[in-house]
Amino acid sequence: MLSEPRAMAKHIEPGMRMALPVDYAGVSMAMTRPIIEHGAGNLHLVCVPTGGLQVDQLVGAGLVRTVETSAVSLGEAGGAPRFNAAVKEGAVRLKDATCPAIYAGLMAAQKGSPFMPLRGLIGTDLLRHRDDWRVVDNPLADGGDPIVLIPAIELDVAIFHVPMADRFGNVWIGRRRELAAMAYASRIVLVTVERIVEENLLADEMSAAGVLPALYVTEVARAPKGAWPYGLWGEYPADSAEIARYAKAARTADGFSAYMAQALMESAS
Amino acid sequence: MTEVLPREVLICTIARLLDGVRHVAVGASSPIPAAGAMLLRALKETGGVIGPRISILGSVEHNFFTNGSAELFDCAGQGRIDAFFLGGGQIDGFGNVNLVGAGSYPRSSVRWPGSFGSAYLYFVVPRVILFREEHTPRVFVEKVDFISAPGVSEDGIYRRGGPVALLTSKGLFRFDKSRPGFELESVHPGHDLADIKQATGFRFAHDAEPRQTALPDRSTLDLLRGRVFGELAETYPEFAAQMRQDLAAVDA
Repeated sequence: MLSEPRAMAKHIEPGMRMALPVDYAGVSMAMTRPIIEHGAGNLHLVCVPTGGLQVDQLVGAGLVRTVETSAVSLGEAGGAPRFNAAVKEGAVRLKDATCPAIYAGLMAAQKGSPFMPLRGLIGTDLLRHRDDWRVVDNPLADGGDPIVLIPAIELDVAIFHVPMADRFGNVWIGRRRELAAMAYASRIVLVTVERIVEENLLADEMSAAGVLPALYVTEVARAPKGAWPYGLWGEYPADSAEIARYAKAARTADGFSAYMAQALMESAS
Repeated sequence: MTEVLPREVLICTIARLLDGVRHVAVGASSPIPAAGAMLLRALKETGGVIGPRISILGSVEHNFFTNGSAELFDCAGQGRIDAFFLGGGQIDGFGNVNLVGAGSYPRSSVRWPGSFGSAYLYFVVPRVILFREEHTPRVFVEKVDFISAPGVSEDGIYRRGGPVALLTSKGLFRFDKSRPGFELESVHPGHDLADIKQATGFRFAHDAEPRQTALPDRSTLDLLRGRVFGELAETYPEFAAQMRQDLAAVDA
């Protein structure tokens, strides 16, 4: 179960539905390059519930067919340049959502239910463009009361980064429960960690409450500073200068390629 | 009379708009709404009453959720969040908000990040304050190109929340859902009705001579410049530093 990032990337096959977490929850940036080198394309990304740098780089590398998300941006550094360019060119298929709809879809998958109802959405252009979402009248009301049904989002693979795992494959996610939501809905779960600890994380009730058990985890790899240039809760802050440097470089396709090639040389040295 | 910075007028106006809320949520990278909420909390606590609870998304210090980022939406769905802020690449005269992009969809000529939680929160949070500093006809349009979240809903649609006000760098509007539409409530110092009409792409109701936005009194200003900018610096260090720099420039 203990692996390394390049070996983990081999689980990814063309066309897979891949979940990636929001900026601050624990993005496995350490997996981005191995995924790109592995080269399985035509991916359907599910951003939980929004995407950033990792999504932009996978889109820039040409591996993405569909982006299902509530938003994609680089936060303070502005819009996501390769994603925005791909949208303009029509190079990616969009499934625009809203944050709680992504969670509703994951929750349905977690329960093995076909859908989850969600308030809101009626009258939006999001709903108008989502032919997989359905509006039904609330069957428990006396009539009327339309509500939207969000189908289960079943995932092939979920990838994220957290502070620690133990030798048994239990992964500590703290209070970032969206990582558990992704894992419950996914067949394959690949996790990078800052460190592997000796003790069993389930042995202590204090840490056990924040553990995603090995039951849901396919493989774990050690990757110190594995969220960089994003930060990791309780560990280190985001490197906003580096994110801004990427934002500037990736304004053009050539600038993006140069940035990624340079980062490759740095990681090899 | 002490000089009051334009952004201080915005912060104090937000504090007034939030009066009475128990729990306000603020999106990431929204220092002015956060400062308004913190000012209200400071004013309440100075007066000896409990101030509002403030959740700032993406912040570690101002996050008391333990169930991941889904908890905010569940909390709002349960009616536990009274106020929220929404911006928008485009906002129209019916209170519709577009966070997706300009032009046709899906191949937007300009793509913005996306709808985030707006398509849900606009329906369930009772007091949504639309806040956008840039007041130009490209933002305030007659009709949005894409509805991320609609200003009003038809009868029979579940709707407990929606817009109550629109605050910009030029003025404050109230939203009247019965029309539906905006009414200019007040104009910030340095602006006038003609200026606002020219900068707004939708029609709005107004008095012949709209009043000026109320300015903070001395004690409110002292609280803002002391305690609140101190608290703000924990989450938005660059913004707090900029405000202090601007104040120093005015004093000099």
